[in-house]
Amino acid sequence: MDYLYFPGCTLYTKAKNLDQTARDCSHLLGFELKEISNWTCCGATFPLATDNIMALLPPSRILARARQEGAILTTLCAICFNVIKRTNRLIQNDGEKREKINNFIEMNYQGDLRVLHYLEILKQEIGFSKIKERVKKPLAGLKAGAYYGCMLLRPFDEMGFDDKERPTLFEEFLEAMGAEPVDFPYKIECCGSFQSVGSPEVATECSYKILGSAIKNGAEVVVSTCPMCTFNIDHKQSDIKEKYLGFKPIPVLYFTQLLGMAMGLDYQTLGFGQNFVDPLPLLKEKGFI
Amino acid sequence: MKKLGVFICHCGVNIAGTVDVKSAAGKMGEVEDVAHSADYIYMCSEPGQQIIREAIREKELEGVVVACCSPSMHENTFRKAVKSEGMNPYLCEIANIREQCSWVHQKEKEKATEKAEEIILATLEKVRENEKLEAISVSINRSVLVIGGGIAGMTAALDLAVGGYEVTLIEREQALGGHMTQLSKTFPDLHPALPDLLAKAREIEGHPGIDLHCYSEMEDVKGYVGNFELTIRKKATHVDWEKCNGCGLCIRDCPVDYVSQFERGLGVRKAIDLLYSHSVPNKPVIHRSHCRYFIDGSCRKCEEVCPEKAIRFKQKDERIGKKVGAIVVATGFDLYPGERLGEYGYGEIPDVIDGLALERMLSVDGPTKGKIIRPSDGKVPKEMVFIQCVASRDPDRYMPYCSRICCMYTAKQAKIYKEQVPDGQPYIFYMDIRSDGKGYEEFLQKTIEEKGLLYLRGRVSRVFQDDGKVRVLGVDTLTGKMVEVAADMVVLATAVVPSDGVKDLAAKLRATVDRHGFLTEAHIKLYPVESSTKGIYLAGCGQSPKDISDTVSQASATASKIQALLSTDKLLQDPLIAFVDENICSGCGICVEICPYEAREMDSRRGISVVHSALCQGCGACIAACPNFACELRNSSSIQTLRMMDTFMT
Repeated sequence: MDYLYFPGCTLYTKAKNLDQTARDCSHLLGFELKEISNWTCCGATFPLATDNIMALLPPSRILARARQEGAILTTLCAICFNVIKRTNRLIQNDGEKREKINNFIEMNYQGDLRVLHYLEILKQEIGFSKIKERVKKPLAGLKAGAYYGCMLLRPFDEMGFDDKERPTLFEEFLEAMGAEPVDFPYKIECCGSFQSVGSPEVATECSYKILGSAIKNGAEVVVSTCPMCTFNIDHKQSDIKEKYLGFKPIPVLYFTQLLGMAMGLDYQTLGFGQNFVDPLPLLKEKGFI
Repeated sequence: MKKLGVFICHCGVNIAGTVDVKSAAGKMGEVEDVAHSADYIYMCSEPGQQIIREAIREKELEGVVVACCSPSMHENTFRKAVKSEGMNPYLCEIANIREQCSWVHQKEKEKATEKAEEIILATLEKVRENEKLEAISVSINRSVLVIGGGIAGMTAALDLAVGGYEVTLIEREQALGGHMTQLSKTFPDLHPALPDLLAKAREIEGHPGIDLHCYSEMEDVKGYVGNFELTIRKKATHVDWEKCNGCGLCIRDCPVDYVSQFERGLGVRKAIDLLYSHSVPNKPVIHRSHCRYFIDGSCRKCEEVCPEKAIRFKQKDERIGKKVGAIVVATGFDLYPGERLGEYGYGEIPDVIDGLALERMLSVDGPTKGKIIRPSDGKVPKEMVFIQCVASRDPDRYMPYCSRICCMYTAKQAKIYKEQVPDGQPYIFYMDIRSDGKGYEEFLQKTIEEKGLLYLRGRVSRVFQDDGKVRVLGVDTLTGKMVEVAADMVVLATAVVPSDGVKDLAAKLRATVDRHGFLTEAHIKLYPVESSTKGIYLAGCGQSPKDISDTVSQASATASKIQALLSTDKLLQDPLIAFVDENICSGCGICVEICPYEAREMDSRRGISVVHSALCQGCGACIAACPNFACELRNSSSIQTLRMMDTFMT
């Protein structure tokens, strides 16, 4: 089966490795990501003001166009997922907004797409047990901290991804690949998000807390689903090192990079060159490559 | 033909400003059987009533229509007025031309006048067929049931008993006292809670006018105000309380320890045990789900050791019947289940406890003998975080209301903590401080100043365990800064919610609860201790969260109201109820099923349905349901209704 796929802007640039590995993995798992035609930026923020219809138009347009091509839409970036899923839910449940939005975009969309994160596709549509079967090189002994961030989980009523305080879906995924998930309290805290533009020190501080908490609880690698989070907790490590002497960098990988590796893809196709902290020494030490 | 009178009120300009009252009065005077038609600026005033009384006397009126405000305002006033002239009060009817006419048609005066006239004409049709009725007199039982043996129920029961009324007091736990027995010291005077409470409990136990049933629940209620019939289930204690001398040997020798709910999980209790030491009554109960005899028959230690041979493994639940005239519901509260509060880590982190658990720690007879220690390792906490408004005042996720006790008890607990651990630092996260009771604000300010409590205005977003500490992430909205406290212990002031099972009980009593499960009062300001069902009264936290002072005041108010109700031995009831035409009723029984007040019953001997006049509320459900038109409502018969409708249609 094929799933409609909305990549989002970063997946074509900074997070090319996330995009490429996700496509390769789905191929190995027997499904294709069918990129929707003519897509735009999702807007990158779900509007906080209820009358800010303008901010809802880009995601609405994406949804309306996608609906013409299929029934299930998936994304990888946690921010895109948050914006698109919440917009979809709003169109579904709020008749007045639906009408307004449709008038603006000059389309007729009723909110009847299913919007699933790639991880949800893996869990609900493919099944973690099937992933377990497909794993060729189990990630045995790899202590991995699953970092959810906030966008996948909140607001809980709208996202319904997993328990907002104690999610486990990501850990189940890591277990399916044979890795050892490491629980750490900061796994659902915010990375600082866009603050890295205006107040970079805030994002540095947030990222330091997240990584510090993961390291303290024994993680050797932090696994992420989101290009924004990854930018903060991976690329910011140079700033962290400057500010906190004695901080030892820790590799941050996309979940699909690990999945590709576990399913036996050549590590040179996994885009590790784009990761800021080089994961290769660790992966070599663990004997995965 | 009856001689009728019409009296139209101006209600200042409320009616006269829209309806042409003079022309209406003139038109009504032309109606054939209207012997007197008048208008006046305020009919309800004394001179207004005088006009009615004089007209009745002089024109020998046999029916009266007062066109004025809603009957819920002044029906009683005018019925009393006509009664004073010897007219049957049920021959006086109200035509509502204010709420249902002038107020809603202020911009269309001509049509409003037309409509007012129609309303009066229709009401005349009703009065023409009205019967003379007498209020129904019902004899009443002058004893009272109190449900709940906490401080509310105890206060109400004792007040009533001292007033000379017979009281039955039931409590589902094995001893009196409710949640107050779990408290250490009470605000604002810091008196120990237990001694005064136990003195009151002993007074109840020994009072000849109080029939005390602990470990008992209400099973069934039938009847109505003045005449309730109850079935009370006395749960099997497996100890003959008559024989038991309270020596405690059975408790000492019982081999089973299990986590005590009374100690909020901080202590253990035996399978045969008291609710708390020195409890009233001071008798133990065997808890079957933990007792080895009941699990696999492997132990009879208590039976062997009891010097009075009081153990009764074979004892069964017992049901007793009672008749009372009024019921007090004093079912109390629970704390919001902390397990549902994911962000605070309750139930997962051992050093996160709730306010009641800290009360147990602070109690000298509690699991730690009054010492504040971390449940995880027994160390004295040096950094202590108190979080107020946990699950309260949070309409999106939890309870929208204020639990009213947390601000004060948190200050009290922080004060006692600081006295016990002088080098410790209490942090209190709050939204705003509500200290509106007598002496509360003074207590609070003194405590903050003298004890150096650190109040942080803001909410907590997460609590988690890290490095043996309980890390609390929050915000201080006064400085606008994020706050992170590495605490040793966290105390949650969780919301007050109605105690378990109140909804079922309310259904049995035909009382109502609000959307949170609190019992609803008949009127929040004017009838705050009466429920919406006659004869059912409320006291304590079952109605809304309140502290001990307020609870005791309310319970005493409840007791006074009941004493007034039971001061006579007859109750008068409205006669505007259903009746059955025995010649038409086929005995199909549809009305019996449909009646919401259990006021309809089959008379099997005559094969017809009858109306229980004391129970019927005159709602009319049976009239609408009767396939043979055999039921009618007094003074609202089908003929009357149809003629009134005709007036409007033609």
